[in-house]
Amino acid sequence: MTALGTGRAPTGDLELGLAALALPHLAGASPEPVVMPTRNDVVIVKVGEVVVKAHAPGMDAAALRPRLAASARLGGIMLPPLDLAVADVAGRAATVWPAGEPVDPGDPDAAPWQDAARLLAALHAVPLDALPPLPPAGGPARVPRTVARIRHAPGAAAATVRAAAATLPALDALDDPAGGGPERGLTHGDWHMGQLVRHPPGAGAWVLIDVDDLGHGDQAWDLARPAAWFASGLLAPEVWQGFLSAYLGAGGRALGAPGADPWERLDLPARALTVQLAAAAVAAALREEREPDEVERILIDTCARIAGTQGRAR
Amino acid sequence: MQCPKCRGTMRTYERNGVHIDQCEQCRGIFLDYGELETLTRVEAQWQQQHHAAPPPPPPAAHGPGWGAPHGGYGYGHHRQRSWVGMLFST
Repeated sequence: MTALGTGRAPTGDLELGLAALALPHLAGASPEPVVMPTRNDVVIVKVGEVVVKAHAPGMDAAALRPRLAASARLGGIMLPPLDLAVADVAGRAATVWPAGEPVDPGDPDAAPWQDAARLLAALHAVPLDALPPLPPAGGPARVPRTVARIRHAPGAAAATVRAAAATLPALDALDDPAGGGPERGLTHGDWHMGQLVRHPPGAGAWVLIDVDDLGHGDQAWDLARPAAWFASGLLAPEVWQGFLSAYLGAGGRALGAPGADPWERLDLPARALTVQLAAAAVAAALREEREPDEVERILIDTCARIAGTQGRAR
Repeated sequence: MQCPKCRGTMRTYERNGVHIDQCEQCRGIFLDYGELETLTRVEAQWQQQHHAAPPPPPPAAHGPGWGAPHGGYGYGHHRQRSWVGMLFST
């Protein structure tokens, strides 16, 4: 979820239907509903202090229900929903939430990296059997899906990203609990700086949002984005070190025994996320008929090193 | 007991369970049967303890082999639209 820019009035069955879902949860007057800007497979309508989300098309209500119920039991770590039911609005799964205050994208340096790290450590400490049975966490499966978008794309950048992707093991197998690998635990499944809100707005503490990918998995994947950004050279070393120290200091358990090299657990997820972010960047540049910008170039260069070092190691 | 080398007088010492005879004249040392093995065992134990000590913490902010060379990129990308977009989106 992204909260860049301001919203507009809802139109059409889906947006108006989402706005109507907020009404029973409003205290007193009904403010004007606003459609919030977000990724294009999700629709978010905010009505006063209530937010209604239409999940991505194809999101299975049966998979969403236990995730919703789990978040309701993770108070202080995740934002609890206003309603445990998954509604159907114009064929889309929809859920109702209290509005929180997102991290200010205009001031990324002030982003609460260490609060985020402590929340992830707290989430990772919750035993799976304390929650309703959850599906596999999202994350690993998103990598091959994103790489598939540039499978036949022309150009050297796309070829470099495909070469880096070829160094990765079969990632969908990671979603199979019988497939071995690191111990599985409660995992957010899609953590980035947009998955954090202050609730109640202004005064409240930071909590995690978005249950769409919540489930069981290798918890190191929740740290994969910042690890990939640091390794690529996009995230300053002191920010990364602060995030990592806060995670370990809060008892974060995804990175092996205390004192172990965190990169033993981070290497695969960080490599996979670098490939995913680079594939998305190449796809965006091709779609918009432009050259990759400086940040996208850095991800592609990192893919070249992944393809090079891993290629030599084999 | 006499030193087998210089015929000087040997004195007996007991150090950490190891029985040593040392010549007062040439300082030569004589070990009883099995004492060399005892010394070897004690040395191995010492080395093992030495190696089992907690490793020093990893150097600050080290990364994987495929990572950007240290200082290779500036971190002045913070304001770039695509960096902020990536930071905040799926």
